[in-house]
Amino acid sequence: MLYAIRSLPFLWQGLLVTLEVSALVVFFSLIAGVILGVGIVYGPPWLYWPIRIYSDFFRGIPLLVLIFFIYYGLPLFGLNFTNFGSVVLALSAFETAHIIEVVRGAIQSIPRGQNEAAKTIGLTFGKRLLYVIAPQAARRFLPPWINAVVDTVKGSALVSLVGIVDLMLAIQQVIGRTYIPMPLYVLGAVMYFVINYSLSSASRALEARFAYIRE
Amino acid sequence: MSASSSSLVVQVRGLKKSFGANRVLDGVDLDVHKGEVVVVIGPSGSGKTTLLRCINLLETYEEGSIQVDGVEVGFRDGPGGTRQHRGDRELSRIRADIGMVFQLFNLFPHLTARENVMLGLRKVRGLSAAEAKRTAEQWLARVGLADKFDSLPSQLSGGQQQRVGIARAVAMEPKVLLLDEITSALDPELVGEVLTVVQELAKDGMTMIVVTHEMTFARDVSTRILFMDGGRIQVEGTPRQVLSMTNHERLKAFLARIEMKHH
Repeated sequence: MLYAIRSLPFLWQGLLVTLEVSALVVFFSLIAGVILGVGIVYGPPWLYWPIRIYSDFFRGIPLLVLIFFIYYGLPLFGLNFTNFGSVVLALSAFETAHIIEVVRGAIQSIPRGQNEAAKTIGLTFGKRLLYVIAPQAARRFLPPWINAVVDTVKGSALVSLVGIVDLMLAIQQVIGRTYIPMPLYVLGAVMYFVINYSLSSASRALEARFAYIRE
Repeated sequence: MSASSSSLVVQVRGLKKSFGANRVLDGVDLDVHKGEVVVVIGPSGSGKTTLLRCINLLETYEEGSIQVDGVEVGFRDGPGGTRQHRGDRELSRIRADIGMVFQLFNLFPHLTARENVMLGLRKVRGLSAAEAKRTAEQWLARVGLADKFDSLPSQLSGGQQQRVGIARAVAMEPKVLLLDEITSALDPELVGEVLTVVQELAKDGMTMIVVTHEMTFARDVSTRILFMDGGRIQVEGTPRQVLSMTNHERLKAFLARIEMKHH
C-alpha cells in the first residue's frame, strides 16, 4: 500500500498525459467536426459525398486499428509521426467523424421554418447560422458531444499501446514493480471515473441551462 | 390600373414553377402597387403559397420574372443576355426589403419578443442596440404587446406569437409584406386580434399580399382579390366583383366550401 502511495506522483504524470491527449483531441475534433458538419448539411453535393464517406469510414473502424495504421502503416508511405502525434491524429480523426454526425443531427433537428424566418429578415448565411441556428442547435449538440468527450478520455487509454506513458501505462508500470494489481487498478478506475463523472455533471448542468428553449 | 408605373412595387410576369413533374405555378402575371392590399384565395394546392414564397425567393423559379421595386429578385444579368442565380449576399439584401409572416409564426424560440424584433434591426439594418430596442418596443406596443417585451415565444399565446411575427416583419420597414395564412394555425377566438393588427397596417398604407381563407377580412380590407386555381390566376377584381361573381363555376364551388367550413 505504501508503494501505491509513493507511486502517486508517477501516476499523476500519467494522468497529465491522458488529459493532454484528451484536450488536444477534443479541441481538434470540435473544430474539424463543426466545420465538416456544417458542410455536410449546407454544402453542395461535391462537398457532401467526401464528408459522408469520411464520416462513415472512420466511425466504422476500431480505434486501435486506426492508431496502429497511422503509427506503423503510414511510414511505409513516407509519412512519419511520433507516437504522440500518431495517437492525437488517430483519435482526432475518429472523434471528428462522430462529431460530424452530432452536428448534422443537431442542425437538422431545428425546424426548417427557423432558417426561412431568418432569411426573410435578410440575414446572410453566416448570420443565420450564428444567431438563429447555432444557439438552438447547441442544446441538441451538447449532450452527445459530452459523450464524445468522455469516449475520448476513455479511448485515450489506447495510447499506452504505442508506448506513451499515460495514466493507463503508468498504472501498469507501477504494478510491474509492486505486484499489487488490485488497489492500483481500483485507483486508476477512480481517477478515470472522477474525470468523466465531472464531465457528465457539467453536461447535465448545461442541459438545464438551455432547457428554456422550447419550440 | 390607374396608378403610375413608378408606384409599382411587385411585378410578376409569366411565372412558372414545378416541383418535380408537378406544375404548381403555370404562368402567373401580377402587378401590386404601393398601398394595395391584394388577397389571394384558392383551394389548397392552387399555388398561392408557392407564389408568395417565390416573391422572396424561399422557392426558386426558372421561368418568368419577379421584380420587387424594379429589381429582379432571383436573378442578375449574366454575360450575353443570360441570367444567373443571385448569391446569398445579394439575395439577403433583397429579402431584407420583403417582409413575411408565416402560418406557424416561426419565431426564434431562444429569443424574447423584443430580441426577435431586434435581430434584423441590429444585424441587417445595422442599428445600435439602443435604437433597435426603441424601434422594437414601439412596434411591439403597436401590436398590443407592451407588457410582453421580455417574454419568450413559449410563454405567449398563438395570437400573441403571431403579433410578434408581424412586428418582426414590419419593423424592417419592408416595401411589401407577404402574409401566408397567418391565422390558419390559430384558435378561432385569437384570429380577431391578429387581423385587427393587419387591418391597421393596411390603413397606414402598407403594401401587402395576403394568402388567407378569411373571407370577411378579404371583403373588408383588400383592395383586390385574386382567385387562383391550377397554378393560374383565374379571377381578379375588387372584393365586390369577385365575391359576387356567380358565373364562374370553380370560384363558386370554392366559396361555397369556405362558407360551409365557417358555419
